[in-house]
Amino acid sequence: MGNDIFVWVEQFRGQPVSVSYEAIGLARRLADAWGGRVTACLFGEEGIAPLAQEAISYGADRVLLAEDDTLADFRLEPQVALLAQAVREADPAVVLIGATFRGRELGPALAVELDTGCVADCTALDLEGEQLVATRPIYAGKLMCKCLVPERRPQIFTTRVRAFPKPEPDTTRRGEVVRVQPVLGEGDIAVKVTDFLEAIGGVSLADAAVIVAGGRGVGGPEGFAPLRELAQVLGAALGASRAAVDAGWIPYEHQVGQTGKTVSPDLYIACGISGAIQHQAGMRTSKVIVAINKDPEAPIFKLAHYGIVGDLFKVVPALTAALRARLG
Amino acid sequence: MHIVVCTKHTPDSEAKMSVDASGKVSWGGSPLIINPWDEYAVEEALRLREAHGGKVTVISMGPPEAVEALKHAIAMGCDEAIRIWEDACVDSDTLATSYVLAKAIEKMGDVDLVLFGKSAIDSQTWQVGVAVARRLGLPALMYVIKIAALDPVQRTITVERLLEEGRQVVSAPLPAVVGTTKGINEPRYTSFMGIRKAARMEYPVWSLAQIGAEANKVGVAGSGVRWPHIFMPPVREGEAEIIQGETVEATVSLLVDKLLAEKVI
Ligand SMILES: Cc1cc2nc3c(=O)[nH]c(=O)nc-3n(C[C@H](O)[C@H](O)[C@H](O)COP(=O)(O)OP(=O)(O)OC[C@H]3O[C@@H](n4cnc5c(N)ncnc54)[C@H](O)[C@@H]3O)c2cc1C
Ligand SMILES: Nc1ncnc2c1ncn2[C@@H]1O[C@H](COP(=O)(O)O)[C@@H](O)[C@H]1O
Repeated sequence: MGNDIFVWVEQFRGQPVSVSYEAIGLARRLADAWGGRVTACLFGEEGIAPLAQEAISYGADRVLLAEDDTLADFRLEPQVALLAQAVREADPAVVLIGATFRGRELGPALAVELDTGCVADCTALDLEGEQLVATRPIYAGKLMCKCLVPERRPQIFTTRVRAFPKPEPDTTRRGEVVRVQPVLGEGDIAVKVTDFLEAIGGVSLADAAVIVAGGRGVGGPEGFAPLRELAQVLGAALGASRAAVDAGWIPYEHQVGQTGKTVSPDLYIACGISGAIQHQAGMRTSKVIVAINKDPEAPIFKLAHYGIVGDLFKVVPALTAALRARLG
Repeated sequence: MHIVVCTKHTPDSEAKMSVDASGKVSWGGSPLIINPWDEYAVEEALRLREAHGGKVTVISMGPPEAVEALKHAIAMGCDEAIRIWEDACVDSDTLATSYVLAKAIEKMGDVDLVLFGKSAIDSQTWQVGVAVARRLGLPALMYVIKIAALDPVQRTITVERLLEEGRQVVSAPLPAVVGTTKGINEPRYTSFMGIRKAARMEYPVWSLAQIGAEANKVGVAGSGVRWPHIFMPPVREGEAEIIQGETVEATVSLLVDKLLAEKVI
């Protein structure tokens, strides 16, 4: 067994998912430290081939490329069958997969296939001697834990979205592209995709660099309007507290927190959110947190880096105007 | 229809978690409850039974405390509950846990649908459901926000499942594994009758031998992942820097300065 690292590259209709390139960057650093190769696994529909060169520019040495209709529209069965076969052939030490909906399915399925361990949702991965040690949050981020796969190989890790830096692509990098064929034919796949319903509205929370979030303080569905404008100026996604979601002011897809999404943007602007522990569970790892709240005693001010005490209906429009003026 | 729901017991979500010097995790005086995500799976099972008839069996691999999760599910309306445990199961990772659960489901034999919660709020791995599906060789329909159709005669199921970009609509033959997510339903409260039934119920415990599981595939021996070190996350000291200008315009302008300096906009 070598020191090679496999990275599963995720894409949606030909659009690469950022976390895959974050994972390639991580794989590159590890491979450079211990002298191994990075192989990107890119399995999807006809037309995804251009992403192979992109994966190389982010740090892959080699790309296993499969283009086939059975691999369009993520389905677990054909993906895991092909990935397992590729891994069996090359016998890499490590497989990295982004911790998205798709990746969180693929990781454990591959682990069962190969009878090995899969560490979920890693936020750090370090080499301690010969052993890779992952750090990951547990109990909604109230505790952290170090995890490892001491004996079995490969070691599978899913990486939290935005936990690892996305490298600068180097378009002069050269690598090898190897075409591979799917393992399963359509007749072997039980699950059929019959339709796709697009998510409503704008930037996805999971990989947004900036999030503007509203809570009970926005007062009603129309209270999100000034937040939407601020989000638009910042190219931000819209988040919400559970109180706002439960009140029916905004769909569940926007909920941040223990029973919603876990996010880790560069900037999180919490408007009219008190900062309950369950809300914090979903956003505490944001790089910079700004709180806008009229109650100076709100717990969110204990977590936030910057705070403005005031009425969000005055502060948010003013902030939008100032940003428009300053960012052009 | 025979529907199986897999549940785990966890500390309450409001519990104050801590770790002592020896690395032992404690949740203060907080009660152990059913993993909150699993209530959606239980609720969905009960609704399917109400629509199509049949029975709902709730199972958990866990020590005696795990009966709390089973009790809650019975009090909500499940028909039967089984706990699977032996000391050898201690420190099982998801590879080993899924092995035990799959063996128990195989033993039942006549299962049409296996339901899971999204993730356990303690270990947060999001893995056990999909791993059980793969072990049983069944379709894995995960992060399901809606069961759009279920036809017990044609033996097909159609669900809407979440992806980052939207909802994928997929169909599969039964038996199948469905991982639920919040939004699929609003779990009911336990009823007085249900609580009485749960209190009087016997909770059989299946051993590894009973489900035909090999001891070297459970616990530490059967696991791929170890977690030698659990610790408190570093706490952020202090309070927010409160930004206060003469006017709202001046205040937000100061904030924009800070955010530009932080390079986050
Ligand atoms: C098991 C469990 C899971 C949970 N999961 C989640 C979760 O995933 N996500 C989540 O968010 N919550 C979750 N909660 C709920 C959480 O405990 C809080 O109830 C919730 O986060 C409160 O939302 P909020 O801050 O919007 O509302 P509130 O706590 O009511 O706060 C509203 C805030 O707005 C401020 N305000 C009001 N008007 C204005 C104004 N005009 N201008 C400025 N400020 C104003 C007020 O001062 C107040 O601080 C969970 C709870 C439980 C028990
Ligand atoms: N020990 C267990 N016994 C029964 N079901 C479990 C157990 N652990 C996890 N599950 C189920 O698997 C789901 C995902 O758990 P996890 O992979 O641990 O995040 C949970 O919501 C439960 O439905």
